[in-house]
Amino acid sequence: MRDVAVIGAGVTKFGERWDDSFRDVFVEAGLKAVQDAGLTGDRIDEIFVGNMSGGRFVNQEHIASLIADHSGLALEGHVPATRVEAACASGGLAVRQGAQAVSSGLSDIVVVGGVEKMSDVQSDQSTEILAAASDTEWESFYGATFPGLYAMMARRHSHEYGTTREQMALCSVKNHSNATMNPTAQFRREISVEDVLNSPTLADPLNLLDASPITDGAAALVLAPAEDARRCTDTPVYIAGIGQASDAIALHDRRTLTTVEATEVAVERAYSSAGIGPGEVDVAEVHDCFSIAEIIAVEDLGFFEKGSGGAAVEEGLTELNSRVSVNPSGGLKACGHPVGATGVKQVAEVALHLRGDAGERQVDGAEVGLTHNVGGTGGTAVVHVLSREAPR
Amino acid sequence: MTVPRFWRKIDNRYNLRGTRCGNCGTAFFPPRRICPGCRRDGSVETYDFEGRGEVITFTVIRAEPPSMDGQTPYVVAIIETPEGARFTSQLVDVEPDDVEIGMPVEATFRKIAEDGADGVIHYGVKFEPTARD
Repeated sequence: MRDVAVIGAGVTKFGERWDDSFRDVFVEAGLKAVQDAGLTGDRIDEIFVGNMSGGRFVNQEHIASLIADHSGLALEGHVPATRVEAACASGGLAVRQGAQAVSSGLSDIVVVGGVEKMSDVQSDQSTEILAAASDTEWESFYGATFPGLYAMMARRHSHEYGTTREQMALCSVKNHSNATMNPTAQFRREISVEDVLNSPTLADPLNLLDASPITDGAAALVLAPAEDARRCTDTPVYIAGIGQASDAIALHDRRTLTTVEATEVAVERAYSSAGIGPGEVDVAEVHDCFSIAEIIAVEDLGFFEKGSGGAAVEEGLTELNSRVSVNPSGGLKACGHPVGATGVKQVAEVALHLRGDAGERQVDGAEVGLTHNVGGTGGTAVVHVLSREAPR
Repeated sequence: MTVPRFWRKIDNRYNLRGTRCGNCGTAFFPPRRICPGCRRDGSVETYDFEGRGEVITFTVIRAEPPSMDGQTPYVVAIIETPEGARFTSQLVDVEPDDVEIGMPVEATFRKIAEDGADGVIHYGVKFEPTARD
């Protein structure tokens, strides 16, 4: 098995992109990544694309072919392209598939993309489409929405550990603050704890400003064998560890409601293959689809003890250039959450920090970074550990 | 959606009919065909739940999906039965502010949702606070 490097990354502007279609946003991200790698299309051996629900958001399936075609890689070259789906973890799983293709030696240069175009349907329709990531027959049938499921996790976390509404709100406040420094973020404005607490309630105790938005956007990476990476770029970033895990799709079937066990298992697998522990992580992009999800994530990833995530956020330990810089991009909350793109964007963001290219929001001296992407309420989790140093 | 999609679940949804592993005794609602503990070594049989349980966690939905149009606010909860099975349902005949974790509840047959004005009406089991003696 070969080590794998990220040699190019591209992220589109995230937001409501009324003027651009599904294919427009994907092609933009792919071009940015390939140009960042200094390559031309004829070098690409294979494509993987994360996408949750093109079929329902834009009535388009067979997305892999569409993307290869409009990236100019189908009529010429007939490059194989594969779509990967795991709800909001589609992008992270696509990265893992791409890394495996390179690692195995089946392909040398792999483009991994993630894309979602969510604003072409009405907002109640998008709520329904996203709810399909839960157990349709036994959760959403009874009126459980996605915010509702995370709200039940939040309620239980507060019950067991005393986590407060204010601590949850502070995750959104921090992520909005980080997003002001990210040119591609959807919401580049500060918000206050009061703004979060006074925003309309979606499902008690979670409000609108606890939730990630509806977003159009795409992200792409170029992966290559680590041994060839320096021939393409002076600043390769290495994939040091990968872990993926499954759990029950329905929240009610999990052993615990306050830990995402798929995250715990995935991160253990990733740390173990990278040979590091949580204390070595400088920068992390974590799956904050709701504010409570960030508190649970920083616990499950081992940054803080179970039950102390809320207090850690309150003490500022997850802010930019603190103990561990969590969601410098603005996270799903403020950078935006085009579901299939998020897992790829997370790797692109961490790669920028490890390269020293993150501009105003740069995490100082970042050597090791981590991405954490969750599908549904925790039926799937995937973690990548990235490093500036080549694996030994 | 076509009628069979809902019709085939009527037996389970109307009667709280789940399954139980004949090997380890674990009871499942919603029903499972394979026991995750025993896997292929377990013989899974039909099992009827009594309809009692307690609230493990809950939320009050204030932004509803189209299928629940006009029903907000409504309480969604995860309920655990004495057998240890957990599932999602709604709580009714209780003020949202009076719901608590640990509250004992019992099943009551109710309408769940409508598939639009001309579509199927879905029924099933919701839960209400257990009457105190």
